Amino acid sequence: MHLIEQPGGSARVELQKSPTGIQGLDEITLGGLPRGRTTLVVGKAGSGKTLLGMEFLVRGALEFGEPGVFFSFEETAGDLTQNVASLGYDLNDLRERNLLSIDHVEVSRSDIVETGEYDLEALFIRLGYAIDSVGAQRVVLDTIESLFSGFADTAILRAELRRLFFWLKERGVTAVVTGESGEATMTRHGLEEYISDCVILLDHRVDEQISTRRLRVVKYRGSVHGTNEYPFLIDENGISVLPITSAGLTHTVSRDRISSGVDRLDAMLEGEGFYRGSTIMIAGTPGTGKTSFGASFGDAACLRGEKCLYFAFEESPDQIVRNMQSIGIDLAPHITAGLLEIHASRPTMYGLEMHLVLMLKQIQERQPDVVVIDPLTDLISIGTSRDVKVMLTRLVDFLKTDGITVLFTYLAHTREAVAPSDFVVSSLIDTLIQLQDIESAGERNRGLYVLKSRGMGHSNQIREYRITDGGIELANIYAGPAGMFFGTSRFVQEAKEEAEREAREEEIAYQQRELERKRSVMEARIAALRNEFASHEEQVRRLIKAEGARQDAVKADTRAIRKLRKADEPGESMIRSTGSTGEEQ
Amino acid sequence: MADEREQERRSAAEKFEQALEGRADTRYILRLYVAGMTPRSQRAIENVKAICETHLSGRYDLEVIDVYQQPERAGEAQVVAAPTLIKQLPLPLQRLIGDMSDKDRVLVGLGIQKKE
Repeated sequence: MHLIEQPGGSARVELQKSPTGIQGLDEITLGGLPRGRTTLVVGKAGSGKTLLGMEFLVRGALEFGEPGVFFSFEETAGDLTQNVASLGYDLNDLRERNLLSIDHVEVSRSDIVETGEYDLEALFIRLGYAIDSVGAQRVVLDTIESLFSGFADTAILRAELRRLFFWLKERGVTAVVTGESGEATMTRHGLEEYISDCVILLDHRVDEQISTRRLRVVKYRGSVHGTNEYPFLIDENGISVLPITSAGLTHTVSRDRISSGVDRLDAMLEGEGFYRGSTIMIAGTPGTGKTSFGASFGDAACLRGEKCLYFAFEESPDQIVRNMQSIGIDLAPHITAGLLEIHASRPTMYGLEMHLVLMLKQIQERQPDVVVIDPLTDLISIGTSRDVKVMLTRLVDFLKTDGITVLFTYLAHTREAVAPSDFVVSSLIDTLIQLQDIESAGERNRGLYVLKSRGMGHSNQIREYRITDGGIELANIYAGPAGMFFGTSRFVQEAKEEAEREAREEEIAYQQRELERKRSVMEARIAALRNEFASHEEQVRRLIKAEGARQDAVKADTRAIRKLRKADEPGESMIRSTGSTGEEQ
Repeated sequence: MADEREQERRSAAEKFEQALEGRADTRYILRLYVAGMTPRSQRAIENVKAICETHLSGRYDLEVIDVYQQPERAGEAQVVAAPTLIKQLPLPLQRLIGDMSDKDRVLVGLGIQKKE
């Protein structure tokens, strides 16, 4: 039944398991408690042993159709029924439906006289009778130690306990036996842990007045199991264990981008904002508006119709809503619409792990798209840096696996300490935005820059931002040859630049007009010269013309004279030579 | 069943008064729970019978219950160990476990002999 012999001779372990139905425990044990075997649950008083046992039975009956028997050595059936009623378990109903049998076994040494050999057969018979009466497949014995207080002969008891465990196995029931933890040994009598197939240790530790419940699977024969200590909590839903192991770095990532809620900040991140499922940190000194950034981010998510879970460690939900209203971010409608949920708790209320457990529980229940943790610093203050790193790694891995985008705010107390290089979790952060006070010219202004943003190009500028009635606004950049200016100096500088520019423009216009004027003067002169030249030319022409006429007249006169004198040719040729010269010019 | 118990209770009250008076004729109501007819069970039965005959002759009722046969009665009487002898009356109620081989302890447990 439990071991399947493979033909090859190698035994393949195939252990059947009974799911407990307890959130997280089945994950740690990879399926539940060993079916048909005995599990020992050890812990000090108040560590939640009885509840674990009872939840195992109730859930077994309700969720897995396996009736159960609860043998209580400490509390009466009435007390038990009352105690778990607050968790919403109606034991009377289960008993009426024959899904549960509760028996109170009273053992008190005061009225017992031992007169010789005995065994606990009567207990076995009662147990067997109860099992048969409801057809139980699950049995809880709570707390086995009580037997030791009832009987003086521990040798007999030890033998009988051993027999009881074998007997339970023979009956084929899945049993949970609870035991008090001892000082040096795991159990007070150092016996049960050896004869159980599975041992679960419950611990309730108080460090610096803060209590944390932890659970550890000490052994599990024939099965692998998570070996870490896992924090667990007991609330109105019973026990939840959070198996927050490091999920590793195998998660797939999204290429989707989501807005930071501040337009011009998105512009600094390739114009598209953060990657979905990434881890963002807004770090800054007090009063730099970290919460405003967180709220803007949450607001943007809700406006997209996504669910946002906001964990506040400094302010109450009401206070956040009111304060954000003053900067034009109205969170109230998102809360009404069920998109936004603000959980506020004081960091000192629980231990670090408890906070983590509570957060993870909320996240699991609400399945949000984005998570804001404001601020992370307060959580860090309650743990050592190693604890914090471990916790945050778990949280970040968990969120990344589910593709949830998370924004942490981080309060740096001094400006020097803002440098995140020494900050324990900076390696877990994908996008780190630094908010800074910039003091100059008697003013304090706010500047932000993207210190890193994995997987995307991002602006390297320090941008001034203002928190206005309309949310966070990034101002225009003044980055000139004289360096960067913020606040009033930026205005002054901008005004000065403007004046200078205007002056220069005027000068150019003036020069242009001057040039125009000079051009017209020049052209007027050119016209005058042209006129002068023309008149001169006219004069010259007139002279030439007059000369031509005179020579023609002379030629005609000569010819006439020759005709009269009847002179011969040579005289004519002489005249032509002179005349032709004058005519041609 | 209920009537029987009621009667028992009434007679118990009477007997309680008798016990207070310390009469030698105080009636003993004893129940011996055994788990099957094992040698140990038989030893216990024999031992109890012998003691009763010797010290309580004629003024005791002994009921032997095999819890295998009547497991619900083991529950009612809060019996865990076997054998268990319960001195129902006279009060106070007393439980004796074991095979009753330690006669002195049985006698003290039953209030027949004072603790030395």
